[in-house]
Amino acid sequence: MTATVEAGETTITSGTEVRPVRFHQVGKAFGHGQKAVVALDQVDLDVYAGEFVCLLGASGCGKTTLLNLVAGLDQPTSGRIELSSSRPAVVFQEPALMPWLTAAGNVELPLRMAGVPKAARRAKAAELLELVRLAGLGDKRPHELSGGMRQRVALARALASTTDNTGSGAGKPSLLLMDEPFSALDAITRDVLQGELLRIWRATGTAILFVTHDVREAVRLGQRVVLLSSRPGRVVRQWDVDDLSGAGETDAVDEINAELRKVISSHAAA
Amino acid sequence: MPQPESTGLQDRTADDQYAGSVRAGLDALDTPVNSAQGSLLRRIVGKVLPPIAAIVLLVLVWQLLWAAAFWPEFKLPAPVDVSSQIWQLVTTGKIIELFWVSVHRAVIGFAISLLIAVPLGLAIANITVVRRGIGPLVSGLQSLPSVAWVPAAILWFGLNDRAIYWVVLLGAVPSIANGLVSGLDQVPPILPRVGKALGAGRLGGIRYILLPAALPGFLGGLKQGWAFSWRSLMAAELIATSPDLGEGLGQYLHNGMSLSDISMVFAGVLLIFVVGVGIELLVFRPLENSVLRARGLTRAT
Ligand SMILES: Nc1ncnc2c1ncn2[C@@H]1O[C@H](COP(=O)(O)OP(=O)(O)O)[C@@H](O)[C@H]1O
Ligand SMILES: [Mg+2]
Repeated sequence: MTATVEAGETTITSGTEVRPVRFHQVGKAFGHGQKAVVALDQVDLDVYAGEFVCLLGASGCGKTTLLNLVAGLDQPTSGRIELSSSRPAVVFQEPALMPWLTAAGNVELPLRMAGVPKAARRAKAAELLELVRLAGLGDKRPHELSGGMRQRVALARALASTTDNTGSGAGKPSLLLMDEPFSALDAITRDVLQGELLRIWRATGTAILFVTHDVREAVRLGQRVVLLSSRPGRVVRQWDVDDLSGAGETDAVDEINAELRKVISSHAAA
Repeated sequence: MPQPESTGLQDRTADDQYAGSVRAGLDALDTPVNSAQGSLLRRIVGKVLPPIAAIVLLVLVWQLLWAAAFWPEFKLPAPVDVSSQIWQLVTTGKIIELFWVSVHRAVIGFAISLLIAVPLGLAIANITVVRRGIGPLVSGLQSLPSVAWVPAAILWFGLNDRAIYWVVLLGAVPSIANGLVSGLDQVPPILPRVGKALGAGRLGGIRYILLPAALPGFLGGLKQGWAFSWRSLMAAELIATSPDLGEGLGQYLHNGMSLSDISMVFAGVLLIFVVGVGIELLVFRPLENSVLRARGLTRAT
């Protein structure tokens, strides 16, 4: 790590620090035999508590697959993933709100399925809607909200699904998984939501594993950018991009862009 | 712009406030605007007037055809004769008996169909073997006119209510089950995945995600199931007539035919139509509309 300015912080965090996610040579293949598609191969990736990691890669390189493995929606074919966080909150590319529920109803849904009593559910949903700046819009239906607002409801719902507050997850570090959550939004909305996400990250202190194919977005948001190669997906390189600004940020974007291009064009040759 | 009131707002940097107002502006611009609708009276008039006009026109044409005497009186009755026929049923109170006999049979038949069709539909949608085995059979039964079962039902059960219910069931169960299956099949696959990510177990996923998501398709199936059970019932009543069975609308129609009374036959057809359409309009349409409206899926009516 190249953290030289904040040496104080890195010394505390060295060695024994909690890592919500640890990959151990994780591989994932779809299908069997000759026709098997190897999506991920020998991936080693750790996310530290409270860290914001951006996973960068070309389309089809296995980013979604990797996130699904962490979320427990799919199982690795080799290696293993050590998860020491509470249940991860997952935000998908589409908001995928339940159309029969109001915004507040959607946020309450994971709490309802966990058997949280009604009054507590209400309070928690109101608090989370407030966090994503949608207070007062709880009784709107998904179709009455804009794309950006829907994605914020999805974020609030995902945060409600973590087991942070209930017995099993209490005391464990929390983890937020996001799969290109802003890629379907227009540029201005995306810009605003990136700012909102950074604010929420600082407010909640959760670790975030954020998937994107947009280098600029990765550098703006992340503390660390992890580049994944394509077919099979492997970790190619990592950059520490914490607290960059101005020229430093532009340089990092250029450098990562060049590397990404190199990874992509290597496929043309093969 | 209103001045910030709380001290918390003033603490924020100008940058933050700017970003905040951009977000607020985006939210305001992006929120879909519900177009203002006309007054209630106007909407009702706009909805009710066209069908009434159509009916008036139809009766007018009928009256003209009758007056022109294209067909003999025993083939095309006068509108007045048919309406006096119905009026007679109303004044004698016989209409209540006719409605009661038929409608309560249809409702009971529909309810039993529902009890059979829901587990059947769930099984077909969720269990591959059942889907492969029974799925095509149930779809096929849907296109078999249930009136074809009347002779068999009479031979098996005799001329009684059980025969009638058997026919109604074979008409309604396939439609309801198929509606449920297609409703479940049309649930976007992302929703169960989201449910799983939100911590839904197997039962929780069915109860909180799958069933509500399948509701619009299921309601379509229910509506069709009702139409089929009403149709089957009328077919059964028309064929299986016996004094023991009581007089429903189908038997009334049958009597009209036996008496060669064309105005009675017309009155019977009209009443069957009114009940079928009435239940659809009074029960299923509002149910479907409220479900669709809540999901932003309203269609023009
Ligand atoms: N369920 C699946 N069955 C077969 N192949 C799959 C499946 N899911 C993903 N893949 C393949 O795995 C690779 C990675 O996919 P994905 O993780 O969706 O990429 P990304 O999210 O980076 O665009 C792709 O080549 C894709 O075709
Ligand atoms: Mg993807």
